[in-house]
Amino acid sequence: MTREELLAAILDALTGIAPEIDAAALAPAKPLRDQVDLDSADWLNFLVALHAKLGIDIPDADAAKLTTLDKLVDYCGKKL
Amino acid sequence: MIEFRLPSLGADMDEGKLLEWRVQPGDTVKKGQVVCVVDTAKAAIDVECWHDGTVQRLLIEPGTTIPVGTPMAILREAGESEAEVERRISPALPATQPTVAPAPVAPPAAARPVAAAPAGRRRVSPAARKRALELGIDSDKVPAGADGTVALADVEQAARAAAAPPPAAKAPAPAAPAAATMAERSAQMRKVIGAAMARSKREIPHYYLAEDVPLIEAMQWLAQQNMSRGVTDRLLLAPLLLKCVAAALRRYPELNGYYRDDAFTPGDGIHIGVAISLRAGGLVTPALLDVDRKDIDQLNRELLDLIRRTRAGSLKSTELSAGTITVTSLGDQGVGAVYGVIYPPQVALVGFGRVTERPWAVGGGLRVAPVVTATLAADHRVSDGHRGGLFLAALRELLQNPAELTRP
Repeated sequence: MTREELLAAILDALTGIAPEIDAAALAPAKPLRDQVDLDSADWLNFLVALHAKLGIDIPDADAAKLTTLDKLVDYCGKKL
Repeated sequence: MIEFRLPSLGADMDEGKLLEWRVQPGDTVKKGQVVCVVDTAKAAIDVECWHDGTVQRLLIEPGTTIPVGTPMAILREAGESEAEVERRISPALPATQPTVAPAPVAPPAAARPVAAAPAGRRRVSPAARKRALELGIDSDKVPAGADGTVALADVEQAARAAAAPPPAAKAPAPAAPAAATMAERSAQMRKVIGAAMARSKREIPHYYLAEDVPLIEAMQWLAQQNMSRGVTDRLLLAPLLLKCVAAALRRYPELNGYYRDDAFTPGDGIHIGVAISLRAGGLVTPALLDVDRKDIDQLNRELLDLIRRTRAGSLKSTELSAGTITVTSLGDQGVGAVYGVIYPPQVALVGFGRVTERPWAVGGGLRVAPVVTATLAADHRVSDGHRGGLFLAALRELLQNPAELTRP
């Protein structure tokens, strides 16, 4: 899976949780939760959606560090 | 014969618009089955029927807005014949039902005949009469609702109509949209939330208490649990907080229930309304039922499901009307403390702020600890600050021993 495909899959999972966002307008290097209103339940639902899409089970301790889209793409790329 | 009427789904609802029927005449209905979908100011709700029976007639056409309490369908009970029920329908139904209805379904126009009050005396509900007095309106001149009764909403509508300046140049009416637009729904939701909260502040003598609760044990327990859990059954903090609130309420039942007709009625269980914000603005407080009797895993699953369904707009009527208390948690993105407005007819609201790292004295020393501020807004007609304080203290103690509480 290319980086672009991975990003598209992550954004797809994200818009499933927060349909109001403009995925193209998100800055990949900036903290995601500054740009999208996600509470802890949204965040968990997002991780569950990623798991369903990519088969990646992100441990709790790692998830806390994945604060930006770039970090998410890097992490998922390594795990796949 | 059973008359299925539009139920009230909370203090902030006085009418609803039928979107669709999920049953047809001749269908068998089981208790608890979803029979129709009704649009309220807040969301489209799956409405359940609380009787077993067979659908005889549907009285309301989809697209019609009707007040709470309006008969929507006639069901026959086991052992009743169709003819027998037909015979009883005609005198039993209010005059909204046209006597020459050719089809089993009433034409939509029949559902809200504003001027066509039934023959005989008009009825004005006591609340409507009182409100009319407050607003200086003659309640006898307010157009009645579908059932011929002047309800609170009719009075308030009349007041708005009277207050509004005449439209300068009325644009031609656009084609009626099938569903409310986002902006309309948003405006409508603000209005009903405003009305319910104004009523709460007007009628309920609130008192407020706050307590800082250290979550050293709770966060450790949660992290430990989640280390060995996959993402699909990972635990959130919220279900643990709800579980502790339920356990504390068992000791202080005067905070769990309803205040109606100048008296307190304890809840028939501990059903916690969870304040869930909607992404487009506004909030809904659907309930998790029997929180004290469910284990943490079940609560976690049900809460995530409830949040997902609330935001997707597929809630059931029982979930909206069952809450015996409300818990609001502003979450990890929120602020330090929340002082809530009680959702009538409930008598208490528990709030949790954001969990923050704070300096905390432990055993004569100082350490950095995760701390949450728990608040209580409660009704002085039912409890007082002393009991409320004991409740918050019990909540604090329960949260110090999560393993004990979450043992199945």
